[in-house]
Amino acid sequence: MIRRRHLLAATTGLLAAPAVLRAQTVEKLTFYYPVAVGGPLAQIIDGYCKAYHEETGVTVEAVYAGDYSQALIKATTALKAGAGPQFAVLLAAEMHSLQDQDILVSLDEIGLDAEAKRWLDGFYPAFLANSHAEGKTWSVPFQRSTAIFYYDKAAFTEAGLDPAKFPTTWAELVAAAGKLTRRDASGKVTRWGIKMAADLGNAQWTFGALANQVDHRLMNEAGTQVFFDDPKAIEAMTFWRGLAADHHVTPDGISAWSQLSPDFLEGNTAIIQHTTGNLTNVRDKARFPFGVAGLAGKTAPRSVVGGGNLYFFRNASPAERQAALRFARWVSAPERAADWSIRTGYIATSPAAYETPALQAYVAKFPEANVARTFLPVATGELSTYENQRVYKALTDNIQACLNGGKTPKQAMQEAQAESDRILRRYQKA
Amino acid sequence: MIAGTRHPVWTTLEIAAAWLLGLLWLLPLLYAAWTAIHPAAYATHFTPTAPLTVANFVAAWQAAPFGRYLLNTFLLCSLILAVQFVVCTTAAFAFARLSFVGRDLLFGLVLLQLMIMPDALLVENYRTLAQLRLVDTITAIALPYLGSAFGIFLLRQTFMTVPQALDDAARLEGCGLLGRLWRVYVPLARPTYIAYGLVSVSYHWNNFLWPLVITNSVTTRPLTVGLAVFATTDQGIDWSIITAATLMTSAPLLLAFLLFQRQFVASFMRAGVR
Amino acid sequence: MRASLAAWALVLPSLLLLVAFTHWPAVETLWHSLHATPRGNRPAPFVGLDNYRALLDDPVFFRALWNNTIYAAVTIPASVVLALVMALAVNRAMPGRALLRMAYFLPTMLPMIAVANIWLFFYTPDYGLFDQVLSLFGFGRHNWLGDAATALPAMIAVAVWKEAGFFMIFYLAALQTMPPDLHEAASLDGTPRIMFFRRVTLPLLMPTTLFVLVNAVVNAFRMIDHVVVMTRGGPDNATTLLLYYIYETGFRFWDTATAATLTVVLLAILAALAVLQFGVFGRRVHYR
Repeated sequence: MIRRRHLLAATTGLLAAPAVLRAQTVEKLTFYYPVAVGGPLAQIIDGYCKAYHEETGVTVEAVYAGDYSQALIKATTALKAGAGPQFAVLLAAEMHSLQDQDILVSLDEIGLDAEAKRWLDGFYPAFLANSHAEGKTWSVPFQRSTAIFYYDKAAFTEAGLDPAKFPTTWAELVAAAGKLTRRDASGKVTRWGIKMAADLGNAQWTFGALANQVDHRLMNEAGTQVFFDDPKAIEAMTFWRGLAADHHVTPDGISAWSQLSPDFLEGNTAIIQHTTGNLTNVRDKARFPFGVAGLAGKTAPRSVVGGGNLYFFRNASPAERQAALRFARWVSAPERAADWSIRTGYIATSPAAYETPALQAYVAKFPEANVARTFLPVATGELSTYENQRVYKALTDNIQACLNGGKTPKQAMQEAQAESDRILRRYQKA
Repeated sequence: MIAGTRHPVWTTLEIAAAWLLGLLWLLPLLYAAWTAIHPAAYATHFTPTAPLTVANFVAAWQAAPFGRYLLNTFLLCSLILAVQFVVCTTAAFAFARLSFVGRDLLFGLVLLQLMIMPDALLVENYRTLAQLRLVDTITAIALPYLGSAFGIFLLRQTFMTVPQALDDAARLEGCGLLGRLWRVYVPLARPTYIAYGLVSVSYHWNNFLWPLVITNSVTTRPLTVGLAVFATTDQGIDWSIITAATLMTSAPLLLAFLLFQRQFVASFMRAGVR
Repeated sequence: MRASLAAWALVLPSLLLLVAFTHWPAVETLWHSLHATPRGNRPAPFVGLDNYRALLDDPVFFRALWNNTIYAAVTIPASVVLALVMALAVNRAMPGRALLRMAYFLPTMLPMIAVANIWLFFYTPDYGLFDQVLSLFGFGRHNWLGDAATALPAMIAVAVWKEAGFFMIFYLAALQTMPPDLHEAASLDGTPRIMFFRRVTLPLLMPTTLFVLVNAVVNAFRMIDHVVVMTRGGPDNATTLLLYYIYETGFRFWDTATAATLTVVLLAILAALAVLQFGVFGRRVHYR
């Protein structure tokens, strides 16, 4: 009898405990993360979560949700159903759209003390470019990158080019790509000079870099207006199309992001434009000496930043939001950022990370790891607007039509502009 | 050219053509097998002397919780099949052998689902399941498919071929409605159940879009969604690992088919699925 | 009356499930297509036919409709005819018959999502399987998926490969239940094979054909997994199919009103095709 009562008391105690605890401390957090399950990145993230658990007792579960676009769909779908994670790593450029859907909570609302503000100031400004709106901070830089060129040094040597001197201007790039393009006796191309991604989800990134290369920005700060039909944007598109149509150094039609790495590793193309986040992967798999370089510009190198930030969601309890923010601070601390950069190739998000002994030693041993960072000052933010995915599609459809020869660069850009204006009209009135 | 008596050259040609087609149909599997057992460097080069390896399988298995995905898919298919068998059987029996008010109208309503598949309604069904708080559960993946016009239709066709005399005999022995269904109709429709089971399992084993929308976590994701999440990476596609994962995850179904191939075809024949 | 009650009780579980996840959502979709997409927590205002009018201004919608028409017009006959040919081929004694049957049926067993990645390699320009083989015969490179002209045919080929073997099983089952004496009688008569096929085999296979056709039509609007993996509707919407566009609009753009409107269009097409099939072909087939 007594036993039973004890048991009962214990049970009620157990049942009541989580509710009490929940109000004070958070024991478990879930976040969505855009990588392939089981890629090396997933293992690294799992390692961080485990280390965090050992340090703080808080369990952080990472749910791998595919690539950026899949992760975005998963997160918003789950949140709209009232379930979903407390925070997520999503494309930095999605800020306006996510905010518009009323699912984000700003860092200011979660609460930033003086120390936290100092922490935020510690990031590279370029990586915070996609984080500010309405005077608030909406995301924390995490897996950040810039677009860079990977190039086959052996091919450079074979084509009579100096592998230590990568082209810095469009004219030089086209000339080099021309020499790198190899044809057999029948005129069939056996190696392309250069390849850039034009599939949905990536074309806008490639194009953002090209536009920046003629010193053109594709949207306003507020994300309510795009400038696709500007002569400079048309010039950028003309250059891209010209690589295939006039110079024959890249194949006609579009090339897909997911195949650029295999193409490069296969020797099918001498140069690819890709993310710094691919550096470790290429390093491990390339069977030839390769180099990395900043993107060439019309007159001087220019690039675009990309990658994912940590976002915090409104449907989390205040305690959970705080806990998520604590994790964000932990995971972006200089030592972690340095470790992350070394093991993936992504750029560490703060200058402080580059002062850690680990990263300094790594950069000394593997100088390629430092290339992307040196181009941060000339990198622009990624295309980011309201209804971001729709604007991406409008732009991408037209880029693809142009690359397939269906539209002239001017036509394509004008139509992308018209379609985007239609999508963004609602936001411009406000 | 007379039926039954063909020139041997023609026969040979026809058989050769049939095999050529078969080879074409096997190509993706052959490629998967090749790539999965060779190092990544040979994924696009077909050198006969390429070294063999099991590293891809090991890597794929360790990379993602395929065991869990397999379990999810197994649970999903079992749940769907079990419920479908029960509810389709009773409905088909009523449509085949009972006359009742509104039967034809109801049957028409049921047949509608043959054309209007649940996949087309994914936006609305998602809304429903979100309201039911069932998002990200295996039940939610199954629910839209539990009622099956295809199953009802198939079983009704079979039940209609059961001789009325058997039914009458059972009735004389004092069997009730469900008793007759269970003792007379279900045993005679065994081939139909096997054929329908095969169709249902292969459908749901491979279904993708709806599970993709409705699941969020490892504990509910079926194999297809797990594979998709596994295959899309920022770093680019890796065929060696993907093919190894494909083979691993398809193996149970392929093995089952290989083992029961004869019975399956025979079941389809006797089921009168035609 | 009691019998009626019992019958209703037997039908009820299926009926509830079907109504809850087919009929009711179909009606709700219609209702939502008359409203704007809700923003934030505000309720969606009634907008009448505005969404339909907007659809008429949407070039992507017409592109999707056109693509899907071609996709259906090629995959349906191609896979049905191929299925019949396969069934005839493996219906007779020949070396390795069991293996051949398995080869044909295999695609049905493999998840589309996985084989799409394999097909991605086949279609890879320059060093992909098809280009490797074609280059042996002196042909140049093909950007199968990156070229707007070949992307949709490439998708169609995968779809036919995927479903022909499935339909074959149904034809095979039907062929095997055909009385063999018919065949013997014909060969004694000296009836030409083609004639026998047209006059005897084909009519006897009519119910199977109707059944397979219903499945093929549904698949032509349902099978989009490979589009998700291989092209995401590109390049420039060359492979955007109706259901893919619904998925994209509903879950990527969160424009639920437009997604509902698109769904209504899809349902209308399916309903019209159903009427056509059961009306025209159904009369010639005796389902009783």
